[in-house]
Amino acid sequence: MESTVHEVGRKSRILQALEDQNTSLTFNDPLENDLILNMGPQHPATHGVLRLLIRLDGETVIGCVPEVGYLHRGYEKLAEASSFHEFIPHTDRLDYLSPLSNNVAYVLAVEKLLGIDVPPRAQYLRTIITELARISSHLLWLGAMAMDVGALTVFMWSFREREKLYDIFENLVGARFTTSYTRIGGLAHDMTESAETAVRTFIKEFPANLLECEKLLNKNRIFVERTDGIGIISTEQAIDLGLTGPNLRACGVQHDLRRANPYLVYDKLEFEVPVYEGGDTLARYYVRMDEMKESQKMVVQLLERIPKGEIHAFKPKKVLPRKERIYTKMEELIHDFMLINFGVDPPVGEIYQGVEAPKGELGFYIYSNGDGQPWRLKIRSPSFVNIQALPFMLQGAMISDVVAIIGSIDPVMGEADK
Amino acid sequence: MGLEKALGDSLMMTRIEDAINWCRKNSLFPMPMGISCCAIEMMAFAGPRFDASRFGSEVFRFSPRQADVMIVAGTTTYKMARVVRKIYDQMPDPKWVIAMGACTSSGGMYRTYSVVQGIDQFLPVDLYVAGCPPRPDNLLHALITLQKKVQRGESRGSTTAVIGDYPHRKRAAVSSA
Amino acid sequence: MNLVILQKLQAKFGDAIVESNEFRDELTVVVRKDRLVELCTYLKEDRGLRYDLLVDLCGIDMYTPVKRFGVIYNVYSLKNRHRLRLKTFTEDEQPQVPTVTGVWSTANWHERETYDMFGILFDGHPDLRRIYMPDDFEYHPLRKDFPLMGVPGSIRLPKK
Repeated sequence: MESTVHEVGRKSRILQALEDQNTSLTFNDPLENDLILNMGPQHPATHGVLRLLIRLDGETVIGCVPEVGYLHRGYEKLAEASSFHEFIPHTDRLDYLSPLSNNVAYVLAVEKLLGIDVPPRAQYLRTIITELARISSHLLWLGAMAMDVGALTVFMWSFREREKLYDIFENLVGARFTTSYTRIGGLAHDMTESAETAVRTFIKEFPANLLECEKLLNKNRIFVERTDGIGIISTEQAIDLGLTGPNLRACGVQHDLRRANPYLVYDKLEFEVPVYEGGDTLARYYVRMDEMKESQKMVVQLLERIPKGEIHAFKPKKVLPRKERIYTKMEELIHDFMLINFGVDPPVGEIYQGVEAPKGELGFYIYSNGDGQPWRLKIRSPSFVNIQALPFMLQGAMISDVVAIIGSIDPVMGEADK
Repeated sequence: MGLEKALGDSLMMTRIEDAINWCRKNSLFPMPMGISCCAIEMMAFAGPRFDASRFGSEVFRFSPRQADVMIVAGTTTYKMARVVRKIYDQMPDPKWVIAMGACTSSGGMYRTYSVVQGIDQFLPVDLYVAGCPPRPDNLLHALITLQKKVQRGESRGSTTAVIGDYPHRKRAAVSSA
Repeated sequence: MNLVILQKLQAKFGDAIVESNEFRDELTVVVRKDRLVELCTYLKEDRGLRYDLLVDLCGIDMYTPVKRFGVIYNVYSLKNRHRLRLKTFTEDEQPQVPTVTGVWSTANWHERETYDMFGILFDGHPDLRRIYMPDDFEYHPLRKDFPLMGVPGSIRLPKK
């Protein structure tokens, strides 16, 4: 089995001896070799099954090789075997901290391929749930990163807020966590009165609760010293490595897909895109905290402006009809049968649709050859690219900073490993 | 018995195995093998709303040497199976395994080339929890059911150590002076 | 915008471009693989175009007798906020494509994933090894002739 460790520069004598199966190795200076530490796939602070092989010179990191693939579930091959509709529950499990956001992203890609326009109420609702999913994902990031750095209280408080969000999702969709709420051409069902009231209540109380968590961390000397100036990455390197999302905005680059190539109803909303200079862990922390506040303002605006109306597009041969009509009308029954068994009828062609997911740019590249199943579906997952930047951020850091840096990148292995 | 009547409620007579099992069941420290989405519900299970520590699982021990029950939460791929088995082997007896979610019970919604169709192909499992992901209350119910199993002294993967059951070492020949 | 870019590319690399089409407002350009790196460098460094972010790199198995495997590059320009897609095809026996890690470093892991899933070799890649499957896995999963359920016995499980 070939070695999976990459030597930076010379090969250490220990490794050479291991490969040569030389058991009689003597050292004159016991401290002459570097230590290769395996932060294995099972580790409380690696945010999932990420394996890091870190080369240490004392306590300083001089090299790092991340190894992914411990959660590779074969999504792209599954997509080639399922129809476009059948793949929607699978998208929940990609970035499992914000499943609604992935649902919306996938359905937007398929609708771009099919050329369907969705009614405005569905667009507004999709934007609301995307922003709520962003808040939910950033709350878990906050809890996990603070817990890794040592602040356990913040973990408990952010989970309390997340439980309120889970209650809202359960009211709105039916499931806490793996929602599968969107459908091609619209949404599964409409938002009820009680769900709307729950969203309004949450949004009203959220800023005060977030301020409590901030008060614990922002001016906390331990937190600031553990994150200020740690894990710096320069702007050119960030763009070259393909970082997107909050990681890129913490390097000073003003790039947000909601502003640059607007989708859904983002061009009608007033919001700011937080950008911080520095490229270090503290900048990434500030970017995500500000993003949560902006999301809250966006949901307030959306709830004021949401129009009444249909939530399904009317395109009989491409959009699944409503359940009550399937059971009563003949045409809808036939369309439902054809759509479920043979799939939607896409044109031949390829598209790419990228959205601004909480972790970065989540993109779906679909190549279809006219069948009901995609010929090729590629998921551009932001965490996969963000983890690639990890060795550059870890260069020169201490071993105790590794955990803070991983927490600030916010990788989710479900999407990095697909 | 006469003794109980004389001393009242301050005395209880039971077998030693039952007493030990009662102690064990009320302090099961889980080792969370959180791999994917079920790990988030497991974190919620340890969180403030569905509090697992009121049932005895006070801390989640991340080191296998200090844990009693391993909760495998998330899709186990072939690459990860080696790691899970290695960690299971490092846990000291008595140990139990909870297979949380559909992916660990039978492969779940992933019938693909890289997903193990159920962790019972390489681990002895005591409890299967259905759901994708199972709600935290579901996991609490699983914990309570596991506690009943511990009270009975059963374990699929290990022989639970009972006092008086340790294999005695035979004394080597003593040389007489 | 698409037409302008296409004309600019055709003016400079007329013979390298095999075909181009536009679908749902997205421009796709199919190039020959021997001029690929040159074209990518031009796209990144030209003052007007500035495609500095390689968003995605993936492979595709067309399952045709000729030109079976393709590699697809989705690039994005931060300045112009514009997307472009490049495609290049290669044969079935010994599929080889020059690497673009010299142009965009993010291509490193993407090309490793394409190698892992399809078996396409990238000339000049600094570290071409498998990324998702274990190192001793013999097949390439996303090829069309690999079954979804996998080949039984291809990966070992620990004993019970």
